Amino acid sequence: MSRGRMLPGILLACAFLAVAVGLQASRASLPSVPPADQFLDVQSGTAMRRLTLSFNLLAADVYWIRALQHYGGTKLDARSDKSYPLLYPLLDITTSLDPRFNLAYRFGSIFLAEPFPNGPGRPDLAIRLLEKGLHTQPRKWEYMQDIGFVYYWWHHDDRTAARWFEQAAAVPGAPWFLKSLAATTLTIGGQAQASRLMWQQIYQTANNDWLKKDAAWRLQQLTAIDQMDRLQKLLDAARGSSGDVPSWGDLLQRRLLPGIPIDPSGTPYEIDQATGAVELSRRSSLWPLPAETALPAVHSAPGGSGGPGPEARGPRS
Amino acid sequence: MRTARTIGLIAVSVFRDSVRDKVLYNLVAFALLMIVASYLIGQLTAGQDVKVIKDLGLAAITLFGLFIAVFIGIGLVSKEVDRRSIYSLLAKPIRRQELIAGKYAGLVLTLAVNVILMSAALYLVLGYMSVTESEALRKAWEAPPTDPALLKAILLIFVELMLVTAIALFFSTFSSPLLAAAFTIGLVVAGQFDADLRSFQAIVHSRFAGELTHALYLVLPNMAIFDVKAQVVHALPVPPGYLAVATAYGLCYIAALLVASMVIFSRREFR
Repeated sequence: MSRGRMLPGILLACAFLAVAVGLQASRASLPSVPPADQFLDVQSGTAMRRLTLSFNLLAADVYWIRALQHYGGTKLDARSDKSYPLLYPLLDITTSLDPRFNLAYRFGSIFLAEPFPNGPGRPDLAIRLLEKGLHTQPRKWEYMQDIGFVYYWWHHDDRTAARWFEQAAAVPGAPWFLKSLAATTLTIGGQAQASRLMWQQIYQTANNDWLKKDAAWRLQQLTAIDQMDRLQKLLDAARGSSGDVPSWGDLLQRRLLPGIPIDPSGTPYEIDQATGAVELSRRSSLWPLPAETALPAVHSAPGGSGGPGPEARGPRS
Repeated sequence: MRTARTIGLIAVSVFRDSVRDKVLYNLVAFALLMIVASYLIGQLTAGQDVKVIKDLGLAAITLFGLFIAVFIGIGLVSKEVDRRSIYSLLAKPIRRQELIAGKYAGLVLTLAVNVILMSAALYLVLGYMSVTESEALRKAWEAPPTDPALLKAILLIFVELMLVTAIALFFSTFSSPLLAAAFTIGLVVAGQFDADLRSFQAIVHSRFAGELTHALYLVLPNMAIFDVKAQVVHALPVPPGYLAVATAYGLCYIAALLVASMVIFSRREFR
């Protein structure tokens, strides 16, 4: 075919391609169907393992990416009915396809335990996932530490948490701090000191940027809680007999403070003039503090695998 | 000596044919896949990029190899018959057995070149990642990115591809390309369920069904034996004894299939 004869065909093909690209570019403003990402065709890890033949590692990676996208997408979604329904099934399939996918167990449990709106508030499922990992790798002290952490932080069950930390410490090669963690958890229970110790250990041993940042953020929250406690005492003492709530300006004038107190993120603390309570500003990157996090049971949709379990509680501070 | 020379000449001719048929273009696709994936995966996998690249690389070597082994393997004999070039070939002083062996060796040579170049590309990408990853992510590695243990998985993938080629060639000696493809893919898939076939006997009540599945377990090619991808990616040991047994199993099965192919082909009449 001569070049002259081919030209109209090429032009026509280019024109159709241009229309297709234009339609794709303006898809957001075109009629759409409801998202179908709330369905998982195959929910059985065993079935998926058979279906993927010898490509189960690659399939596990695909499901891991899907789990991350489901978690991140739902977290960023503006809808109020976030129940993360596919999070556990996706993580379950990921770990069935690749039973040694360490990050899927460890990150997955963090995602599952996070309360509404940052997660489904299912520490029970977080523990189930980690126990599944332990079934494959019974000497994996990291999973035992994570289970202990979930019991301590989300279930407020210090005894069970300490038992898991002790079990983790008994594994050959486990770090020394697990023994002191078990002891600290039992001795001082819900004190912030134990929380700080745990997050410090997570920060120091994290092998992932995201986990390290999260631990640093949690540590800053604990610092803010300590600072607010001290400021509250100062404010209560300054209120005197009249009961009027002073402002930061009043405390500065009375030389009780060297400057406007700021939280570790650099945002000034606020005083609730009605109650006289020192509060973290909503503009702060540390907001909400653990105690201010809404309890998941209030917000989440009932039923479904992603809904909050009866055991889900707010985190301890 | 003469036989080896004849087989070598046919093998080189098959290799040249596959190069002429642009089979090696898949290497470009593989390289592009690796480069794009190594860039994108890091943004998507929360610190598991080296693991994912290893998984993807090994899976791609297997998949690309399977496509070549099945779709070229089934055409090795039928193409000559369709083009009627089989008559001129058989008129030459070439024995039918030599033709089968030469055709097989040629496709194995093509696969070897593919696997070697794809492995080199995978190591290049992993080497690049090993120098660019952050210190925090390095701690998460179960094995170094350019772990030599990957070669164990690649060796067994190659043996698996050689076996698939032998299966495709075997079916192509007596059936049409479409049927040969269906039979080959069927056997490759069934061969992955080795563990299920073994345990089937224990869960069925019928003695006949149990014995049938046990016979199938023994006779069907065990493709699962060549899959040590999970072990090398998670830095688990793959003993040399295992590699030796799996390779010996593959080679014996290949030899059986080649002999059967030669017998069938030598008795086949072309009109």
